[in-house]
Amino acid sequence: MKKGLTAVFPKTPTGIDGLDEITEGGLPRGRPTLVCGNAGCGKTLFGIQFLAKGISVYNEPGVFMSFEETKTDLAKNVRSLDIDLEKLIQEKKLRVDHVRVERSEIEETGEYDLEGLFIRLNHAIDSIGAKRVVLDTIESLFGGIENTVMLRSELRRLFQWLRDKGVTAVITGERGERTLTRQGLEEYVSDCVILLDFRVIEQIATRRLRIVKYRGSTHGTNEYPFLIDENGLSVLPITSLKLEHNISSQVISTGLDGLDQFFHKGGVFKGSSILVSGSAGTAKTILASCFAKSSCSRKEQTLYFSFEESPAQLVRNMQSVGINLNPFIKAKLLHIHASRPSLQGLEHHLLILYKLIAKHKPQTVIVDPISSLISIGSMNEVRDMLVRLIDLLKTHGINAFFTSLTNEVFEDKDLTVNAVSSLADIWIKLKNVNTGLNQVRSLRIVKARGLGHKTESQHFTITGKGISLTNENEKSRQKILAKTV
Amino acid sequence: MMAKEKEIQYELRLYIAGQTPKSLAALNNITKYCKEHLAGKYSIEVIDLLKNPQLAEGDQIFAIPTLVRKVPVPIRNIIGDLSNEEKVLVGLNIRKLNTKII
Repeated sequence: MKKGLTAVFPKTPTGIDGLDEITEGGLPRGRPTLVCGNAGCGKTLFGIQFLAKGISVYNEPGVFMSFEETKTDLAKNVRSLDIDLEKLIQEKKLRVDHVRVERSEIEETGEYDLEGLFIRLNHAIDSIGAKRVVLDTIESLFGGIENTVMLRSELRRLFQWLRDKGVTAVITGERGERTLTRQGLEEYVSDCVILLDFRVIEQIATRRLRIVKYRGSTHGTNEYPFLIDENGLSVLPITSLKLEHNISSQVISTGLDGLDQFFHKGGVFKGSSILVSGSAGTAKTILASCFAKSSCSRKEQTLYFSFEESPAQLVRNMQSVGINLNPFIKAKLLHIHASRPSLQGLEHHLLILYKLIAKHKPQTVIVDPISSLISIGSMNEVRDMLVRLIDLLKTHGINAFFTSLTNEVFEDKDLTVNAVSSLADIWIKLKNVNTGLNQVRSLRIVKARGLGHKTESQHFTITGKGISLTNENEKSRQKILAKTV
Repeated sequence: MMAKEKEIQYELRLYIAGQTPKSLAALNNITKYCKEHLAGKYSIEVIDLLKNPQLAEGDQIFAIPTLVRKVPVPIRNIIGDLSNEEKVLVGLNIRKLNTKII
């Protein structure tokens, strides 16, 4: 009232992760919003979550008017999402009204209107003091009623009535062939239109959300990936995950004494991102595990995303080189999340990353290898995703450790290396050098922002006790040279 | 046969929302048809949803006016001002009975 005159009109937060960021606060308060999309895109879930969050987070009771699913079906379907409809109904926070319109059971003769629907809705709203309303999917009425001219004018009246009533409403609609909704509801609900999309690209299903219009408000215009999991719907970007970390000049160990010596400060800055690239079998994972171990030894929460090995396999393999990760897992310091890259779409992975980061609030995140993700997305998408991920980690001051599998011959053209190397603070290259009879492992620091470091490559060996960096660097190089010449 | 027909009682319910022209027309129409075709074997209950909004959900009312045939089962719904006699009688399954009697 006092300040609000010049400000944008009030909004009702949906409580759906990420959506409130894109819409800069939520849906227009006291107005209807159209949520449309094809079958199975998550419209009903959107509505349910809007109400459930409204009740649990914002203490706003809600009415769900269903034109498709019955109350019991609905309750059953959302139980897996940890939403107990029955309980909310009993507590008089929620009202579910199933409107059954079956053409075969109805005879029409003469004039009528939909006043009955208005009365039902009004009664439901008033009986619990609802602030939020979901109509899912009101277009079903077109299947049950012959008089579509009357129906259209009644729908127009209904949406106006909802505005007058001052409730924030979500109206769902099935996607039409040329129009946003089959019956062109977008003509009547024009304050805010959100489009949900579910498509399959190269056998991987992806869900996208787009704000088609939002009258009187700025909003993100992109297509945003969204995810449906056991916590319901969440949309990228999730910037609401406030992790409290400060950028510091504190120096931490990489987990390898020999490697720490490479840096003039005896370690790397806390909160820096490290990229380790190399071809197959160059001990990237071992280096990653060393880093994880050192992080855990500092009693820091550590998140390890493994795209190639299962947790058990990783633990076993690391044991063979003298790195025991088990105690850290037991102490709930180390969290290993393993999944096949091709199992889900790219944004699904990214969302899981975000969610786990929000859950564990780690100080160290390891992605091994980040290049696996390339196989599931187009070059641009992967680059975008990596940039976003690194941005997220950097802004929160999380130590990031990425490994990347590179092609030895075309290393310069490698996408991940290109995308990540410019963002990474420290880039370490691993190489296997053939010296005739045997292979020599070598390591070189390509760059290290703000840290003086040695530039020559260093040989190292892997034993049952871990990695040891050999000191006779120059000597062995000369040996190799002598041999190859 | 005749005795059996006599036993059939029609229980009708008319849902209205205030004294609107459509609702009044529907009430007049159904009363007229019943007097003609169901003399002595019908009852009409008029429910005004403005006074009893909580009753709308039970009978799945969304249109006004709506005529519900509660008895005999199965329940039938007819929506509109009931101006088309033919349709109403077919909807309520009345004409058939009459022809049988004749």
